[in-house]
Amino acid sequence: MVSRRNRRTPTAAGLVLVAVAPLAACGGGDATDGSGDGTDPDAFTVLTANENETLEAQLTALAENQCKAENEALPLEHQKTAQADTVQKVTLLASQDALPAHFIAGTAMVQPDGDLGAAGMVLDYEELLTQEDAWDNVLPAAASTVEHIYGGMVSLPYQYNLEGIWYNKAIFAELGISEPQTFDQLIAAGDELLAAGYQPFAQGGAAGWPLTRLIGMYIFRNVGPDAMEKIRDGEAELTDPEYLAGAEALQQMAESGFFGEGFISLEPDAATAAFLSGRAAMKYDGTWMLSSINDETQNQIGVENVGFIPFPEVEGGAGTADQWPANAGAAMAANPDAAGPKVADWIACIAENYGQQALSDAGVLSGFRVNGEVTDIPETTKLIQEQLAEIDETVAWFEALFDSKSNSLASTNVTLLTTGQMTPEQYMADLQASIDAAR
Amino acid sequence: MNRVYGDRKTILILLLPTLAIYVFLKVVPVAWSLGLSFFEGNTLRGFEFVGFDNFTTFLSDDAALQSVRVSIMFAVLATIGQVTLGYLLALLYVFVLRKGSAFVRTAVFFPMVLPTVAVALLFRSFVAVGDTQGPVNEIINAAGGESVEFMASTWGTMGTALAMTLWSSMGFYAVLLYTGLLDIPDEVIESARLDGAGGLRMVRHVIIPLSLPILLSSIIFSLNATLKVFDSLLALNNGGPGTSTAPLTLYMYRTAFEYAEYGYGSTIALVLTLLCLVFTLTVFRSSRRRVED
Repeated sequence: MVSRRNRRTPTAAGLVLVAVAPLAACGGGDATDGSGDGTDPDAFTVLTANENETLEAQLTALAENQCKAENEALPLEHQKTAQADTVQKVTLLASQDALPAHFIAGTAMVQPDGDLGAAGMVLDYEELLTQEDAWDNVLPAAASTVEHIYGGMVSLPYQYNLEGIWYNKAIFAELGISEPQTFDQLIAAGDELLAAGYQPFAQGGAAGWPLTRLIGMYIFRNVGPDAMEKIRDGEAELTDPEYLAGAEALQQMAESGFFGEGFISLEPDAATAAFLSGRAAMKYDGTWMLSSINDETQNQIGVENVGFIPFPEVEGGAGTADQWPANAGAAMAANPDAAGPKVADWIACIAENYGQQALSDAGVLSGFRVNGEVTDIPETTKLIQEQLAEIDETVAWFEALFDSKSNSLASTNVTLLTTGQMTPEQYMADLQASIDAAR
Repeated sequence: MNRVYGDRKTILILLLPTLAIYVFLKVVPVAWSLGLSFFEGNTLRGFEFVGFDNFTTFLSDDAALQSVRVSIMFAVLATIGQVTLGYLLALLYVFVLRKGSAFVRTAVFFPMVLPTVAVALLFRSFVAVGDTQGPVNEIINAAGGESVEFMASTWGTMGTALAMTLWSSMGFYAVLLYTGLLDIPDEVIESARLDGAGGLRMVRHVIIPLSLPILLSSIIFSLNATLKVFDSLLALNNGGPGTSTAPLTLYMYRTAFEYAEYGYGSTIALVLTLLCLVFTLTVFRSSRRRVED
């Protein structure tokens, strides 16, 4: 028996050694500066999310028209991935040195201390577009938002979204409710709507973020625009009373019945349908909802009845309602190793033409300058465009600066918070513990 | 022929290709994963040797321990349910329906061939509430009760998950146990009957002891399958509400692929393997003791 054990031990140790030894060679690459001095690949491969059909369609349209010369020099090729698999897919591709020229990535991945950012595997677009004399095509507000969220100009702003409260003007007029200026007025409006038999808000709780956004906005209005930077930098904690109030506010809204029956398993698309069919009076969402609002088949309440207001101020809070939450869509990074002259031409062409192409063809507001005239813009889109031009200061969203695990936790636990199975204190304490663990 | 099989060299030559494939496809990945448990990082960031840190982290990780509890609870309840229902169905096939059981066997087995994700979506729509209310809540409303949001509570989600698991898998266990019951010689049953055994006494003292080996195999099979439950709980409610129905497999998937922590993900996989091993050995040991008794 003893001799058998003796024989087994070195065998097992050998197996572990075989498994472990090659790992030592798998060290992270040295960080590079991210400038575009790479070698052109055989094709301009773009990896986008299955869920984002617009981007693929608009890039294809550019390849056939405005960027025809660039496409002939380096043909456009599309690769797709499920948005939920982005981190896994990009990590795998990057580790095999097989990143496409232009690719979707997770928010945390492209930040300076993220896996791609730290390894110098994301291109600095400002540097490249300045070299190409095309940097002027990126709107300063969009560039500022990208830099704020990602810690550098590492993503192209294919969208430039504001977030706020969409409301049904007809229902508000019917009940004589004016646009809420403070959070207390918002709650009062919700109570009035409930009493009149309307569902105050349509929020797709199944995705988590439509609910956590409300916590974040309350905190930004209560603490100020740098609220979440303070959490990131360890200067404040989510369990501090002024942050805790955000979770308490959301729980109060849910307990009052503001989100209607079954909101926990409601998908965001179904929530949009509830708002556009007049069943719900308000919806906190981004300006990406414009495509649904401008679609007559979806919008049964009429474009003229859709209003858009910022999340109201919290009385006594340090934030103001003109600090709009803004984002530039999912991160779309570029591979510095593949950024040769032809890829640089492609990216410059996109910067020059995407703004006009996306606005005229899909009604999408991007962070690129609209070069050329676009006619027939729907009224609501025009209003948002004007609103965008007036913005001086933006804020991000609740989880924007969280690590992946805390980001996921915020969304999954919000169901427990809104159903009263978790107290606001527990919710924020769990989240803070996760943030601390990732430091 | 005996000379050929008696030659150790020949045996080695014949076995070597299969053995090499087995080692390459099974042993190496398992050993690789075992090795990864002692590292932290991913293929992009690189790996750093952390010794037993991942294991100590696991023991103090509330989310991981909660996932262990979810996995064990689901495995135990699902195993009891599907083996019991499967056994009752098998008895029905053999002693009541007899040769006319083919149609019922096929009908009850049919859900087994449906994709788990489709079944999960089906059950999710059964218990839906709100604008697209499902039949379960319609019945509750018709009986005068208020709609219940099953997916908002741990027990509601777990109950739905168990119901869908039983619905889709009891037919499989019924067929498995049915083949075991067919092996019991008719003469034994006949002589037991002549000795006055009937109904429950026959099942308890004759049928169960004689079908014990296939029953134990079913339990081991079921425990191992349900301990590794993943797709049904993911598709049903994404391991929610919160993470209260997230099994160890889902936590492992999220850790490795969403949070890109391959080392800790491997540690969780190792714990899951050990869990399966412990359950299997426990059932084996208890069966051996029973046989010795």
